[in-house]
Amino acid sequence: MPGKLKVKIVAGRHLPVMDRASDLTDAFVEVKFGNTTFKTDVYPKSLNPQWNSEWFKFEVDDEELQDEPLQITVLDHDTYSANDAIGKVYIDIDPLLYSEAATVISGWFPIYDTIHGIRGEINVVVKVDLFNDLNRFRQSSCGVKFFCTTSIPKCYRAVVIHGFVEELVVNEDPEYQWIDRIRTPRASNEARQRLISLMSGELQRKIGLKVLEMRGNAVVGYLQCFDLEGESGLVVRAIGTACTLDKLSNTSAFLPACNSPSKEMKEIPFNEDPNPNTYSSGPSTPLKNQTYSFSPSKSYSRQSSSSDTDLSLTPKTGMGSGSAGKEGGPFKTLLRQQTQSALEQREFPFFTLTTFPPGFLLHVGGVVSARSVKLLDRIHNPAFVGIMGNTRSYKLLDWNSFNSDEPETRDAWWAEIRQEIKSHAKALGCHAVVGYSESTSICEEVCILSASGTAAVLNPRFLQDGTMEGCLEQRLSWQPGFFSIGSEKGEVDFFPQSQDSSSLLGIEEASPPGCGFCHIPYDELNMPFPAHLTYCYNCRKQKVPDVLFTTIDLPVEAIVVGKGCLIQARLCRLKKKAQAEANATSISNLLPFMEYEVHTQLMNKLKLRGMNALFGLRIQITVGENMLMGLASATGVYLAALPTPGGIQIAGKTPNDGTYEQHISHMQKKINDTIAKNKELYEINPPELPEEIIGSPIPEPRQRSRLLRSQSESSDEVTELDLSHGKKDAFVLEIDDTDAMEDVHSLLTDVPPPSGFYSCNTEIMPGINNWTPEIQMFTAVRVSRLSNINPTNQTLNKNFNDLCENLLKSLYFKLRSMVPCCLCHVNFTVALPEDELVQIAVTAVAITYDKNQALQANKAPTEKSQQRASTDNEEQLQFPLELSSDPLSSQPFSPAKEALEGASSHTGIPAAQRATSVDYSSFADRCNSWIELIKLKAQTIRRGSIKTTTSLEKASPLAEGYLRHRSVPSGTNSTVSVVKMTPLSFLPGAKITKYLGIINMFFIRETTSLREEGGVSGFLHAFIAEVFAMVRAHVAALGGNAVVSYIMKQCVFMENPNKNQAQCLINVSGDAVIFVRESELEVLPAPPPAAAAQPAGSAGDVTT
Amino acid sequence: MSSDLDVFVGNTTLIDEEVYRLWLDGHSVAEAVARRLRGGVLEREGTSVAVLQSDTRDHYRTFQMLERLLHAPPRLLQQLLFQIPPERQALLVQRYYAFDEALARELLGKKLSKGTKKELDEVSARTGVGIRSCRRQFDNFKRVFKAVEELRGPLAENIQQLFLLPPALARDYAAIVFFANSRFETGKRRLQFLSFGDFAACAQSMMAHWSQGALAPEAAEPDGDLPKSFLQDLKELKVLVSDKDLLDQHKRDTSGMGVPVLGGPGFGGSLGGGVPALSRALVNVGGKLTHARDVRDFFVDLVEKVIEPCRSDKWSPGDLRLFLTHYTAAPRNLPGFRHQALWERYMAAISACLLRMYHD
Repeated sequence: MPGKLKVKIVAGRHLPVMDRASDLTDAFVEVKFGNTTFKTDVYPKSLNPQWNSEWFKFEVDDEELQDEPLQITVLDHDTYSANDAIGKVYIDIDPLLYSEAATVISGWFPIYDTIHGIRGEINVVVKVDLFNDLNRFRQSSCGVKFFCTTSIPKCYRAVVIHGFVEELVVNEDPEYQWIDRIRTPRASNEARQRLISLMSGELQRKIGLKVLEMRGNAVVGYLQCFDLEGESGLVVRAIGTACTLDKLSNTSAFLPACNSPSKEMKEIPFNEDPNPNTYSSGPSTPLKNQTYSFSPSKSYSRQSSSSDTDLSLTPKTGMGSGSAGKEGGPFKTLLRQQTQSALEQREFPFFTLTTFPPGFLLHVGGVVSARSVKLLDRIHNPAFVGIMGNTRSYKLLDWNSFNSDEPETRDAWWAEIRQEIKSHAKALGCHAVVGYSESTSICEEVCILSASGTAAVLNPRFLQDGTMEGCLEQRLSWQPGFFSIGSEKGEVDFFPQSQDSSSLLGIEEASPPGCGFCHIPYDELNMPFPAHLTYCYNCRKQKVPDVLFTTIDLPVEAIVVGKGCLIQARLCRLKKKAQAEANATSISNLLPFMEYEVHTQLMNKLKLRGMNALFGLRIQITVGENMLMGLASATGVYLAALPTPGGIQIAGKTPNDGTYEQHISHMQKKINDTIAKNKELYEINPPELPEEIIGSPIPEPRQRSRLLRSQSESSDEVTELDLSHGKKDAFVLEIDDTDAMEDVHSLLTDVPPPSGFYSCNTEIMPGINNWTPEIQMFTAVRVSRLSNINPTNQTLNKNFNDLCENLLKSLYFKLRSMVPCCLCHVNFTVALPEDELVQIAVTAVAITYDKNQALQANKAPTEKSQQRASTDNEEQLQFPLELSSDPLSSQPFSPAKEALEGASSHTGIPAAQRATSVDYSSFADRCNSWIELIKLKAQTIRRGSIKTTTSLEKASPLAEGYLRHRSVPSGTNSTVSVVKMTPLSFLPGAKITKYLGIINMFFIRETTSLREEGGVSGFLHAFIAEVFAMVRAHVAALGGNAVVSYIMKQCVFMENPNKNQAQCLINVSGDAVIFVRESELEVLPAPPPAAAAQPAGSAGDVTT
Repeated sequence: MSSDLDVFVGNTTLIDEEVYRLWLDGHSVAEAVARRLRGGVLEREGTSVAVLQSDTRDHYRTFQMLERLLHAPPRLLQQLLFQIPPERQALLVQRYYAFDEALARELLGKKLSKGTKKELDEVSARTGVGIRSCRRQFDNFKRVFKAVEELRGPLAENIQQLFLLPPALARDYAAIVFFANSRFETGKRRLQFLSFGDFAACAQSMMAHWSQGALAPEAAEPDGDLPKSFLQDLKELKVLVSDKDLLDQHKRDTSGMGVPVLGGPGFGGSLGGGVPALSRALVNVGGKLTHARDVRDFFVDLVEKVIEPCRSDKWSPGDLRLFLTHYTAAPRNLPGFRHQALWERYMAAISACLLRMYHD
């Protein structure tokens, strides 16, 4: 009995009238946990009952505590007939189970009924007394923290990142039980809600056990999904990244700890081979590997594998990272092998994180994805039969235990896909996959399982236990000793980046942080696919691909030119209606073509915007009765390290037709115009050649940015690079039929957002850094009928495209009062609920920014790194600039560099890594006054650091005070506390002081009076508002004031207008947190800006 | 391709003031879209009609869901469904309860019943306020009336607390409730020159001076009713006109004290017999207030018996003020007049009303 759960029912308010005669209600409450139920007294004739109950005590073991939700049911007492249920509240008590999270749940909860929605509120207080349990064989995993956030949470540091954890639990869906025919819809919905709540609890506990096995204490990037498979059951699956996290209780406490440079150096086992050419040079391109495998039953399985860029096949064997390493020095190989082995001990070296501690990500190969089509109806599991006759109808099944001898289980399906992903990553010379996610699309009995991620090479030190613990801090603290710099006087010590620095640092490759991740991880001579490689435009030492696609967020240290933008590829493909295997076969035949086309669209749109990299790429393929839909969203950026993209050139196939030629040239002109316009819009002024400005501290201003690159001694390959389009690396579109024509047209239909708006689907918009605190999270849902009688792929594409574009337009209009603002984390979800019906759900957050401060803020330390840099230190300014081995190509000093410097030293990037992260682009604008700036900055940073320390000390009492205040029974206060919600992992202008636990809620709403509730729109509008309200109430009850990393994972809407009925299921999750406004903390005098290096054209912020 | 379902829900509920105004005015979605188009949103924002329609519908749905809460504004503050910043909540309530004075003028003193509601069509036509808006405003009046009808204490404060209205608006509602309660006749032709503001000011003076709350805060009767005992007492004042001696004395004192003005041209001739007539009228109005039917005629009487004679005598408002001041003060010197306090309480409201009403 390791736990005692205590519940007190305080009061209710605004209850519905249950007795028509008196216009009043005789309410009482049932409190249920597990199999124990308590009741309050009946509070007669009141809509605002004051029960003030005793403490109901449940003595339970912690396994039960983790699995079971607390169920609170409010009823109306009726002397003569059955008591009427008013509604329910489910409270997940998991947050009370870890020591650092909430201590009490107390507040007003909306009373929710699946038929009537919210009906009044109830005030509840919940506490848990946990007793220490020394049983080593326990089944519970209390104490493991869960985070939806896909980065290391702000007030923690990662000691070790262990890796991938996954689990899956299956049960039959109550909606499809025989009993559903005789019970009420309400009973059925409640059975489902209860079951899913139970299954999530169990799943979380099991994942926690796995984490404990790995010696971790937390799961980051936890993503739990439901597959409503209908007849064949209900699958709840989750993936996450196990970590060992340390709470940053006080910055000053850990700073001086453990860090002498010598100790650090001793721990570095390997020397680096300094010659960059000897290892890991090769291209990485938009690398995509896909596999389509279709196995409708265990007897039948077909696999095809393709990669769509140029449809080159990806070899499945050979070419692991080992091959890349073999040309490198022996140490290097050793290191690689060590890394590899560390990773390969794990079944799947996957990470669900999208943002990483600086230095974690060494190289990025490209996107890897795998899809598989499965038939659901083939799974007749004997376990179900056993369960059907069981009276304990919601006893859960662990698929593994029941079906260990059954190969075609959901587990096996996913294992298969993950294996694919792993081998794709290997083919790219990568030993890990980051930004990993999984999804399904189900239509009738066909299910598409998808997984995707970004192949990457990681720094081993984060992955190992023991030796390297605390490496972040070590680096932080030994830097000052290493480079003595009189920053206040504006003196700068240049330190030549060389092999010793890198060896001292023990970094695998001495690649500068601003571009290192772009360098190809695979072998140049043995490339997995054809790609154009050039020397990195930043460090000139290593090869980079011409285009880079990834599923992760833009690394903080990345050097970006201009702003980013949301890029979407949209596609419909008709498919014949078919049954079972025929259906699955036709789907898996279509998939490669869809992937290819989606990819082509993305590439074209990227080039049309003059950009060269995609981040946060998410491709959804949705299956419907008679079509497949593909929607890819990503954020395009211009990475300074990659070559300038060529334009798009159109080539006609019928050359002799005069008018046709004219038409072609007209189109070409339009495309060129669009590219030019986009470059202006997104402020893409590619950097000048660094050589040009060497030795001239005051260079000519920005007209130069358009100059052709004249000479480059470091690489022959880039000598002729030209910013105009139509040169050798231009992308050629051949127009050979009307289809292609349509494609080109559709390229041009994407309307840029109205002025004052930017959009992206990543956490942060590259190029905007002066966020103001106003945020507006929203969900928009649209269902449209594709009413074509004879739909063709073209008309469908157009319809789909219009639907998305209109939706975006509508969002911009709605949020016009927030201008200037940026829509961040724009997340589209497509569903095909019925024939001809397309449902699109968008969740995003609009964040305002200050246009006027743009220029100034560019020069200040970055917000993002600030956000991450919960660490602070005594560092002074350092400018360890690189005097590269080739004196001619040595890089100019730029003030922005120092901003980066300050920021990165916060986050603990070793100086040598930072050494080359010079932002050329900003040089031109700022060089004039750089010395002044340095002085200013030095003060700012020093002041900032001092203040941060003090304010942190202040912060915790503040938060505690807040908590105390909150835990006072809130029965009397009339105003509702504000709870912010955001899909991002942070709040602009605020500091997260405490994580209170994960919010994971599942709701069903049903109506049999659709018209009366305002039709489908009225119904769904109210439901979404209710879901928000319930999330907010739970967060407030935990003592929090915000939800971060909020995501709506599922929104299944079904209607039957003829019967006047509709039903909707929504699943949401996020992390409940307490934040404190930075203004309240009086932290930094200047608003902290975002991306690490602010690109050129920052002056444009003011003028545009 | 048609959108069957189209919703936008923000964590912070978006309130568009322009659309709210259109909704309050009772326009349908189509009308509202047409009006917004005329307002030039399209050109300003470069968007499409479809977007505007979708936006308008979203707002309308929100307002419809909010309306239930607006009926009891404290609930709007407590509810968890919509996260609305406090200043926006205040704006929502204030705009919702704001009313057209022309409409309120029409409805003053009428019973807030279903019958009256049915007549709103005509009122709408007369006042130019949309019928849906008329109905909403009527319902507001009725809701406020029902809510405070039985409550003790100052009417305006009760309303302010229950409906979270700004003080000025709460006072106006108090006036409406006061009129509806006592059913004062305001519709007569000879009262047409009086505006809602005039009546509201009168109601406030009457409540301030006459109601029980004005004397004893823990009074038993609601402020909206005139206290019966007070009205009963007013009969005693008849002594001022019925007792010949007192009348004369009163008349003399009034004239005597106000020599400079009352001796002036306006007073000399026509008011020779005027002061007794006025005096009788003023006292009788009070005396009649015990009968509900006579209460209704209160304002008619004041206009007919006081204002019109004065006007025909070309009194200036200043003249009237002077007269009332002296007339009120005069009985102090009357021997044997025991109702000085009552008299002054009565006359304070009467004077305020008369002065407010004395215009063209």
